[in-house]
Amino acid sequence: MFVPHTEEQKKEMLRTIGVSKFDDLLAGLPPSLLRPNLGLPSSMSEMELLRHMEGLAQKDHLAQSYLGAGAYEHFIPTSVWALALRGEFATAYTPYQAEASQGTLQSIYEFQSLIGELFAMDVANASMYDGASAAAEACLLAAKHTERPVILIPETVHPQTRQVIETYLAHSGARIVVLPCPDGVLSLDTLKKNLGGDTAALLIQNPNFFGCLETNLHEAAAAAHAAGALVIASSYPVALGMISPPGEYGADIAVAEGQPLGLPLGYGGPYVGLFACKTELIRKMPSRIVGQTLDRDGKRAFVLTLQAREQHIRREKATSNICTNQALCALASTIHMSLLGKEGLRELADLNFQKAHYAAGELQKRGFAPVFQQPFFNEFTVRCPVSPEKIADRLAEKRVLAGLPLGPYFKDRADQLVVCVTEIKTKADIDEFAGLLEAACR
Amino acid sequence: MVETLIFEKSVPGRKGVPLPALDVPRASASALPEKLRRKRPAGWPELSEPQVVRHFTRLSQLNFSIDTNFYPLGSCTMKHNPKVNDRVAMLPDFSALHPLRPHTLSQGILEILFELEQWLCRICGMDAFTLQPSAGAQGELTGILVARAYHESRGQNRPLVLIPDSAHGTNPASVAVAGLTAVTIKSAADGQVDLDDLKSKLTDRVGLVMMTIPSTLGMFEPRIQEIAALVHKAGALLYMDGANMNALVGLLRPGDIGVDILHLNLHKTFSTPHGGGGPGAGPVGVQKELEPFLPVPRVAKDGGVFRRKFDRSKTIGRVHGFQGNIGVLIRAYCYMRLQGAEGLLEISENAILAANYVRARLTPLFPKMPKNPCMHEVVVSGDGAYGPGVKTLDVAKRLLDYGFYAPTIYFPLIVPEAMMIEPTENESKETLDAFCATLEKIIDESKAQPDLVKNAPHTTPVRRLDEVKAAREPNLRYAPR
Repeated sequence: MFVPHTEEQKKEMLRTIGVSKFDDLLAGLPPSLLRPNLGLPSSMSEMELLRHMEGLAQKDHLAQSYLGAGAYEHFIPTSVWALALRGEFATAYTPYQAEASQGTLQSIYEFQSLIGELFAMDVANASMYDGASAAAEACLLAAKHTERPVILIPETVHPQTRQVIETYLAHSGARIVVLPCPDGVLSLDTLKKNLGGDTAALLIQNPNFFGCLETNLHEAAAAAHAAGALVIASSYPVALGMISPPGEYGADIAVAEGQPLGLPLGYGGPYVGLFACKTELIRKMPSRIVGQTLDRDGKRAFVLTLQAREQHIRREKATSNICTNQALCALASTIHMSLLGKEGLRELADLNFQKAHYAAGELQKRGFAPVFQQPFFNEFTVRCPVSPEKIADRLAEKRVLAGLPLGPYFKDRADQLVVCVTEIKTKADIDEFAGLLEAACR
Repeated sequence: MVETLIFEKSVPGRKGVPLPALDVPRASASALPEKLRRKRPAGWPELSEPQVVRHFTRLSQLNFSIDTNFYPLGSCTMKHNPKVNDRVAMLPDFSALHPLRPHTLSQGILEILFELEQWLCRICGMDAFTLQPSAGAQGELTGILVARAYHESRGQNRPLVLIPDSAHGTNPASVAVAGLTAVTIKSAADGQVDLDDLKSKLTDRVGLVMMTIPSTLGMFEPRIQEIAALVHKAGALLYMDGANMNALVGLLRPGDIGVDILHLNLHKTFSTPHGGGGPGAGPVGVQKELEPFLPVPRVAKDGGVFRRKFDRSKTIGRVHGFQGNIGVLIRAYCYMRLQGAEGLLEISENAILAANYVRARLTPLFPKMPKNPCMHEVVVSGDGAYGPGVKTLDVAKRLLDYGFYAPTIYFPLIVPEAMMIEPTENESKETLDAFCATLEKIIDESKAQPDLVKNAPHTTPVRRLDEVKAAREPNLRYAPR
């Protein structure tokens, strides 16, 4: 327990307050309801807690994973969390008092700068809850900005991202139209047929849920713009070390799940939503933004700015209801990005690309043919000789995750499996995995 | 004491992390068509690992934090963040948990989430909890969407949400995102809701009444059961903003006083670190009849096996890409385990004791000090307390010079020159005494040397900032080259 007062001090404090017993302070609380029996367990020491929690963690011990689908296993340099979990960062408050929070504020300014560079976009905010809510807020922004109701979403966008967007748009007057993509990427014909005077935005994910790289980004963005719609691009940050970033094909808003940059898988969170846009949309952006200014002595300093967008000032007229964001996750990403640097990002992307392509070749040799004839980054969809769910179950018995069976997401793709290979896999790992997959079909 | 930007330390060709050599044959160059390749590399800085370590260590030292300073920060409950919680959350087997794992390989984590839900239900007197929302504001949105779906399922159109004028700004903002309309109800000077105003606005168009309990003035609404009865009689639901739950854990179950829906901020009451502004977690608790509307997936236990349930026809959908800020939830679970039933009750009692002690100590200094006991925080009006021209903002800034973070100021909006002080149960009497003595000293300074206070802070890494310049000429990123 972390309660510091001695019994003697408590008595002294009650005397200073001028009451004879603690319950005199509870006037107004219904006495018959006070101190119910909660039926909770009694306290544990730190030692007992560690033993208990390590026992629970061990139940979920895993050997290897080839599962991606929106959350990715990347190596995290030890420095990242050794620094991010320093008490001066981890136990600091939201930097409302700028003079006492320059560490957090400067790190956010650096985060915004790094994300702006990554996406080749003008400005980024201080982060969102996750990639899915960042995409949802981008859709809300686009509908408000264009005063149009339709958001076009190819079926290649992560289905769970789409579900979050649906929840956020439910009562906004805006709605989603899903574009079919039988070839694994968005076709220009399909897009053009659906673009109209009511289109607020096109949301593209690249690489997409099937692992394919969208091949018509420039043309799709141009077509959307010609129809007066915005382009929202959702990216995989590591892939941007080699593939075209949103700014290069003219996206108006760029979002991403930032987890691959320094955050552990952790069963889904906390992650960090990345959000950037063109300059003209700054004042409509959700979430906190840090700006550079001067202090009264003329020294460079950083401060939360453009707060007239936010809920604590504008209340129901705010651009979003977001208050707390994911500052510590953004900090971990900032440290990770700083360690990687310009060349490290390119190399990391290349390692992912090469290993995944090697794995795709090995799988094909063993009867797992690629479903789509499209370029890919570190994830690809294969057709399985037997049910992918059966394969996944067999590998799970060996504590190996085979990938994502598509059946639960797309009924007509029940024979397909999405496999992800990142830099942490060696050639020997991949060879062993290919052997396991083959054996699971027998 | 300032630190140059990380970009300004960059030297082309430097690297902070060596990556392993490629051990597979290279793919054909045509595997990535030229058209899809990045044209200009991201202008990320190039540094060695020691440079990166030193940069961020130095940045950390420019911050105040709970580990280094007292935060008398009303409504935000800044208290000790046990280090063991971080250690547990970062255990390799938890870190490696992919969110789409089959349930057969997630039994440990699902057990934690299931138990955490059960415990929150018992603490709050609710029937079900969703752990999915990432923060209090997302919890509010979730709760409001659940209430809306509930009314709609009964064929009722109730577009209005009543909110006291002392509420957090997120309340009306969340109402707006849910496509509903916020209507303000008046509070009296003591923070209690104006019952006549409430009654006059409580029509059959109202679906939800949002109350912060205890209020943002740190007071428990003594007529809350009467209010709950009025709300229910009108066919509406009572929502509790649980930002101030630190005063009630173990002492009073919100469900027992008629609350239908509430959210908690685990980074406040249940001690997960604020992280310089997140991540948090905003679980939402509801009574039985609202449970079918909670987000998916839900965690369930069937015959000793934990599963995630997706197939629920009335759900409002998903608010998170996966299943929430699990690392934050693990920390909160650890906190409850460490405290146990006895500890959780003692926390609330000591939080209330500390706030009232500060109130008593400060009463001679502030002419408008509330006379009645408060809960876990006390709202002080600086009106008439300081020397000529000195504002609450100045006093708050001067506190930084003495090593105390500033209290929440100018909130709630209904108190002039407000300063909201929440000491929490963790601060020793010695710290509380030092804080009160410092406020007294600053008030003396405000009368003897007002400029000293008006120009504060003097000892922080930077002094007061030109916020107008920041907003008028936005400089939001470094531009390499």
